[in-house]
Amino acid sequence: MNRVVITGLGIVSPLGKNVEDVTARLRTGRTAIGPITVIPTDRLMTKIGGEVPDFNPSDYFADKQLALLDRCAQFALVASREAVAQSGLSFRDGLGHRSATIIGSGVGGLGTLDDSFHRVYAEGAKRIHPLTIPKLMISAAMSHITMEHGITGPSFTVASACASANHAIGVAFHMVRAGSVDVAVTGGTEAVFTFGTIMGWEALRVMAPDTCRPFSRNRRGMVLGEGAAIMVLENRARAEARGAEILAEIVGFGMSSDALDIVLPSAEGAASAMRACLTDARLAAEDVEYINAHGTGTMANDVTETKAIHMVFGDHAKKLAVSSTKSMHGHALGASGALELAATIMAMRQGFIPPTANFIEADPDCDLDYVPNEAREARVEVAMSNSFAFGGHNAVLAIRR
Amino acid sequence: MSIENDIFDIVATQAKVDRATLKRDTRLSELDLQSIDIIELIFAIEDKFDISVPYSPSDLNSAGVSFETVGDLIDAVERLTAEQKAQKAV
Repeated sequence: MNRVVITGLGIVSPLGKNVEDVTARLRTGRTAIGPITVIPTDRLMTKIGGEVPDFNPSDYFADKQLALLDRCAQFALVASREAVAQSGLSFRDGLGHRSATIIGSGVGGLGTLDDSFHRVYAEGAKRIHPLTIPKLMISAAMSHITMEHGITGPSFTVASACASANHAIGVAFHMVRAGSVDVAVTGGTEAVFTFGTIMGWEALRVMAPDTCRPFSRNRRGMVLGEGAAIMVLENRARAEARGAEILAEIVGFGMSSDALDIVLPSAEGAASAMRACLTDARLAAEDVEYINAHGTGTMANDVTETKAIHMVFGDHAKKLAVSSTKSMHGHALGASGALELAATIMAMRQGFIPPTANFIEADPDCDLDYVPNEAREARVEVAMSNSFAFGGHNAVLAIRR
Repeated sequence: MSIENDIFDIVATQAKVDRATLKRDTRLSELDLQSIDIIELIFAIEDKFDISVPYSPSDLNSAGVSFETVGDLIDAVERLTAEQKAQKAV
């Protein structure tokens, strides 16, 4: 089996619009959650979110191309440019056939859906834009990445709600490891700030009115975020032969399904995915030094995830650092796994552990080391990143520096 | 009385029990309602009475509303309907 490394990384997130800015911001521990500005919030209870700051599409795209791109595809394309540029690869000289494009997304072009349906339902419009369907489809972001870079191998989008990106990256990892492709461009993208979507999330009664405080006693729920993180995965031997800079190695991927409930999480299901990841990576529990938690900030998730970490790691659970960067960038649903794996890689390379921001007070039911509020200087060799989705779909990745 | 009647109807429908078995002191926990069922129940109540019920599973106390029994629900809805009608009048 091939070893698989990451040779390119790109990110557009509430913490910044490139890897350098996001890394610097992660170290500060300051949250990027703030007032929602991209849509009017006067009829919403939820006024806060993690928005990509000052994202001006015309800085990145010509008008003609922009007509085809939902915000969700815009984020993915911008992040893919940074990732591919860093990898130094060109897909147009034959490599394209040996390369996959696998992107995770929870819902796809929601802004386009919302706007066009509002036109027909509320405004009684007789017609909507002819490119509405290719713009809103969940696979559109992935399609545009293949076209922009000329990647002609296997390509598809993965949808498993909040685990979409981890599933996408995990499948890409397994394909490169098995040798079915040499390179994979993978990650996740999401753009959730539409009026209808926020109303839907409010109805579930899991939205925090103040901010996202994962694992903290006074947490009041989750806060939505948006953005994309894209990475270039490559066969290690190939990357070494061409002298590429290796950002991290992906060593394991574990999956499981709770098969229980459409919204409630299960500690057994989460634990089973973490165990599967350790087995896939041939790691012992004691090897893992840091877990980037799913850590949504809801009552249910944070207690369940803590329990699951105890189940898998035993005595070692208390020695691990566990943090949720959702406290800084919000929950970007289908993109979250990619944003969080990216955060883990960047922090690992810079020699720190990103903190859980907004932490006020310990919860007796959450008794691990959550790296509260301040980044910690540490050399981490092996880390894990958890994603657990509605529907009980769990996906866990492990990386090594 | 009509609020009470409507609440009994809504709870019976949501919990899939015979309406006649419900009393004011029936506890919601006895009705095998999971958290998602309670959220649907509150939604049905909000829709029926055109009110907003401050209910969050992670924030039970700040709302100042108790949701233990069917009677609690009736009291809360009576209070909220009166309050929110007064607010609309202003």
